[in-house]
Amino acid sequence: MMNYSYKVPCQKEKLKDIRSFVSEALRKHGVPEVQIATMVLAVDEVCANIIIHTYKCDPDEYVEIIIKVDKKLNCVFEISDQGDKFDITQYQEPSMAEIIRNKRKGGIGLILVRKIMDDIELVQKDGHHVCRLTKKLGKES
Amino acid sequence: MINLTHKIEGAIYIISVVGDVDASSSIQLDNALGQALEDNQTKILVDCSKLNYISSAGLGVFMSYIQDFENKNIKLVLCNLNEKVIGVFRILGLDQLLKIVDTIEEGKKLIDEL
Repeated sequence: MMNYSYKVPCQKEKLKDIRSFVSEALRKHGVPEVQIATMVLAVDEVCANIIIHTYKCDPDEYVEIIIKVDKKLNCVFEISDQGDKFDITQYQEPSMAEIIRNKRKGGIGLILVRKIMDDIELVQKDGHHVCRLTKKLGKES
Repeated sequence: MINLTHKIEGAIYIISVVGDVDASSSIQLDNALGQALEDNQTKILVDCSKLNYISSAGLGVFMSYIQDFENKNIKLVLCNLNEKVIGVFRILGLDQLLKIVDTIEEGKKLIDEL
């Protein structure tokens, strides 16, 4: 099991750095590019949500990402959120029709996360809220 | 960071998107489409050949214009999406809601036929 961690201030401009961090970590394990692209997207969506909605882009606050990859390429992403808890597991997805009708520009990020990841959970860890995303690639070793 | 440019070829308004459209840059894409709408353009082709990445913020921008464009009979076509980018549209089935073609030539042809 390999661990990678990255901590950045809550600024939207840091999303690109977060994406580079995730893709570089996964690339070291030979994760296929197609899978890297979708997992990078899922982490970007969760981080954007935290940076924009939870912390209102406050650069004095931080978001931390921990990635764990095992030999079978099962990937766990722990994104720590110290702000108000937003329970992704209770989130009611808007329908595509509703989004188009209401011209909503938000709300679809979490649908993407759900479609990409195998598991999404919110846990408490050392007094922080952590959004844990799991993708099991299950590579035979 | 993205860079957006536009040019007019015949009656077609072509917007080129360069870079990553994410939560920090999607506002620029929004402004570019809004500008086309304001300029009363009726045939809009978005060239995505240099669009490296798109997240839900960017998809949301396209979706937010679908209804307006339909009501005003404005044609919108996207072309030249790379595999990673079109993959994101496919996850949500947006490739069925938007007109997406491979090349700019196909885009021009389709937009004239619509």
